[in-house]
Amino acid sequence: MTDVNRRTIGWSREDIARNIANDIPDGAIVNLGIGLPEKVIDCIPQGREVLFHTENGLLGMGPSASPTQVDLELINAGKKFVTAVPGAAYFHHADSFMMIRGGHIDICVLGAMQVAQNGDLANWSMGEDDAAPAVGGAMDLVAGVRTIFVATTHCTKDGEHKLLRACTLPLTGRSVVTRVYTDLATIAVGKHGFEVLQMAPGVDRTCLQQRSGAELIFPRESL
Amino acid sequence: MIDKRCASAAEAVADIFAGATVLIGGFGAAGSPIELIHALIDQGAKGLTIVNNNTGSGHVGLAALIEQGRVAKMICSYPRTANSTVFQDRYGKGELELELVPQGTLAERIRAGGAGIPAFYTPTAVGTSLARGKESRRFGDREYVLEHALTADFALIKCLRSDRYGNLVYNKTARNFAPIMAAAAKTTIVQTQSYVATGDLDPEVIVTPGLFVNRIVTIAEPLQESALVAAGAVYP
Repeated sequence: MTDVNRRTIGWSREDIARNIANDIPDGAIVNLGIGLPEKVIDCIPQGREVLFHTENGLLGMGPSASPTQVDLELINAGKKFVTAVPGAAYFHHADSFMMIRGGHIDICVLGAMQVAQNGDLANWSMGEDDAAPAVGGAMDLVAGVRTIFVATTHCTKDGEHKLLRACTLPLTGRSVVTRVYTDLATIAVGKHGFEVLQMAPGVDRTCLQQRSGAELIFPRESL
Repeated sequence: MIDKRCASAAEAVADIFAGATVLIGGFGAAGSPIELIHALIDQGAKGLTIVNNNTGSGHVGLAALIEQGRVAKMICSYPRTANSTVFQDRYGKGELELELVPQGTLAERIRAGGAGIPAFYTPTAVGTSLARGKESRRFGDREYVLEHALTADFALIKCLRSDRYGNLVYNKTARNFAPIMAAAAKTTIVQTQSYVATGDLDPEVIVTPGLFVNRIVTIAEPLQESALVAAGAVYP
């Protein structure tokens, strides 16, 4: 993919966050991963009440803290300063992961390095032996939360495919991804592979397929 | 009479011995017992195994303990925070060992340690490289891996308020690992921002009951790790 293409077609990071937010139903309990997923909190449509869980011990996370709101001991999983909504609750780490592993969180939004057509996710390690590996809570989240939304660019900065037949990087979990929201399309992981649900303006089937490392299925004629 | 107060952080950490396993509370800077860590650096114990979610930031607190060469092994989930270079440096040179544990497994291993449960099966990490070599078993239609409890010689934690029994309440997301670490260590050492009389803490809101706590030090105005890191501070 050329730089020119990257600028002229596709959704912005905010658009991706909005696409995800639109698919989160009223009343859902949602955990947000670090980076792009953090933007989802600002995009929930008016009239929907969604409770955000952050694994470092808060249910009812609010938006980022403004400079005057900063409390050094109120942070999210990405260690950024956040707020707590009225009705929020604090708890310790074992309780927090009881919520995750025990199936009490409805949706988790995570970033990705690679997603395979069977739902395998790789998002924690580039596989380099010299760097100190870091996993955080990602493996617990994909093991415990039934609906996993992935928010990612469709390809890497170098134009490498992220949507693949099989992941080549170390896995976070097997067959765990529900949907992938990229700058080019929203794609469900179905029984037979990647099913395209929606494409960004200016993206067509050929363009999307060229940028994907696995065969795409187009269940709707209109796409 | 039960009174767990110590006069100073130095006195509270004086008997931490070489080769001890020490649980240190905190998630990033939130809840990091920085005065206790600095007292441990001054005290000089080496060859420590440290359990913390991260590996510290800048050149203060946990990062300074690592930089001073006191840590033989880190057990953590995420040794890669903003401004965290000390650990990567030392680890890259092969100067200390890393046991990488998924965050929820780390929490549950500590919880199990405090609860008298030697091991447990978890679905986390099944099918990944972090499950390699571990016992696994099917329950129903799902595979689980066996994880062992974590216990320790000492825990260093921070809280908002404590009474002389060691009943604790915390502040917001600074709670994180502290309550489970308090239960999993033989000797739990707490730095509290304020000390209150018994009866002043509502029994309905006490998070850590005092029997999990051995020593209390009042640090009314603790150093703020993020401010120190931003200012480029180095300890000692």
